[in-house]
Amino acid sequence: MELNKEQQQILNGEKGETLKKVMETLVRYGELFGATKLVPVTSKYNHLVTSFGLKALGPVYDLMDKLIQEGEVSKQQFSCDPRPLDKNVPASFLQNFIFNNFMYSRQDFYEGQLQQLGLMEKDAFTCTCYMDEVGNKPQKGDVLSWAESSAVVYVNSVLGARCNRNSGIMDIMGSILGYVPYFGLLTDEGRKASWIIEIKTTKKPEAQLLGSAIGMKVMEAVPYVKGLDKWLGTELDDAACTYLKDFGAATASNGAVGLYHIDNLTPEAKEMGETLIKEDALVYVIDDSELQRVKDNYPVMWKNADAKPKLCFIGCPHMSLEQLKTWTDNVEKALKESGNKKVIVPTVFTASPQVLKEFNKTEYAQRLKATGIITSYICPLMYMNNPLSGKMPVITSSNKLRTYTTARYYTDDEILLQITKGGKN
Amino acid sequence: MKQFKGRVVTPGNLKAEALVSHYGLNTLASFQKALQFGDKNATCGDQNNPDLFGHQMAGKALCLPQTIGSTTGGLVLYCACSMKRQPACLLFSLPIDSLAGAGAILASVWLEDEGSKMPVIDSLGEEFLEYVKTGMTISIEEDGTVTVE
Repeated sequence: MELNKEQQQILNGEKGETLKKVMETLVRYGELFGATKLVPVTSKYNHLVTSFGLKALGPVYDLMDKLIQEGEVSKQQFSCDPRPLDKNVPASFLQNFIFNNFMYSRQDFYEGQLQQLGLMEKDAFTCTCYMDEVGNKPQKGDVLSWAESSAVVYVNSVLGARCNRNSGIMDIMGSILGYVPYFGLLTDEGRKASWIIEIKTTKKPEAQLLGSAIGMKVMEAVPYVKGLDKWLGTELDDAACTYLKDFGAATASNGAVGLYHIDNLTPEAKEMGETLIKEDALVYVIDDSELQRVKDNYPVMWKNADAKPKLCFIGCPHMSLEQLKTWTDNVEKALKESGNKKVIVPTVFTASPQVLKEFNKTEYAQRLKATGIITSYICPLMYMNNPLSGKMPVITSSNKLRTYTTARYYTDDEILLQITKGGKN
Repeated sequence: MKQFKGRVVTPGNLKAEALVSHYGLNTLASFQKALQFGDKNATCGDQNNPDLFGHQMAGKALCLPQTIGSTTGGLVLYCACSMKRQPACLLFSLPIDSLAGAGAILASVWLEDEGSKMPVIDSLGEEFLEYVKTGMTISIEEDGTVTVE
């Protein structure tokens, strides 16, 4: 890799041993993927994936301590993934004991580290930092050092920013140095599609199911999706962005997609059309039966497959303002039809603290509260990742949550039926 | 017995029992329980991976195409190495992905303890994954030679 004079000096250890290691990490990482240079990080803010003070991540905190002690803090302020704990979310005495005394016992300590390293503000904890309400929204063409798979795939695809699927820790290394290695999704060639996805469904495909099918098929390749504009339109309005948020998260967690193009909709596809497709691209046709096949193959991880759900999570990734309002309307309508006054499965809607703040200013907030649904800023995945929660029959419409936990996946319509009518039509 | 030659990501010289996945390794889903609840065997918790689910990963020569899933993947590998619950080595049939690459480099640069080492070789080819079976014996050399028997 060609380094400029300052970069070479850092690698030689002239600016300290710790910064030398940061540089060595990024150079070796870049060389693995054929990078020939480092390029400046140009986004205003960074975003880190590690938000949880999990006792098991001791090695990460030790590393962060080393960076803080040496004064090697982030050159950019940053947001972080969601917090793992919120007392508003239903949990048993035992669950709370495990959360607070075993799993996340280092939460306060780690948040203190994050503040020293450059956290944007004390509540900058969400996986959807790119939403207007949160304010960490990169510009088209910005070079980023972000992690969080659902955020990376969103900013690459929907906003046209440029970011590799960086790992946790690697995210802050790029920010400390102010440079990232130039390879993969940062390059024009790396943003070309090697898969064509043809959507031939008879109705609007479920975002989380479609993303799952594509992720499992293409793994880390870039897909160019044709036929989805028929259902989403050709403008990136709130509804389309919300759909793409959930779709992208499923492509990234069920596979390893870091960028997708939607014909006639996402910025690069609108500008460059099918010139983004590589000559030897493979084709994957998705129709109703293919989506059903994918859904039917999800393993049910509950001990008793017929158990009555004890909890429902919606909002992985965090819900948008538009989504909270639409769900409020839908839940109210379904409850009226069922004759129930409140949801019959304890249900939690998760969104960023900033989106919840805006939501709480609207009349929808009281209406949602009246249905019995709880709102929270937590990461449902962090709630689920312990043996006690893992044994609970939890339902979700998040394919990411299904992938990483024992939560059972249902489509949005099925979830609505479950929480308002106990699954009966 | 068959030999394969790949690219050295982090060098090493060892012999271990093969554990083979024909699916992408979802690093977070596979390791999270092992790291959180003190499972020194690092039993794979990824329900979507029938090749690995329930198998011990620590100390095995983990043979796989690539890793997939959450971008915590690299730091999860880093922690597994630091806590000495890592596979003996990672052997990729495809070129390594950015998350596994990050984990391998982070462990190599920042961890000095011998017990935290995790040699990694990639680009071993499709034939490697077709040939190797769980339970076979694998030897790796510092130049990227992998012997399967």
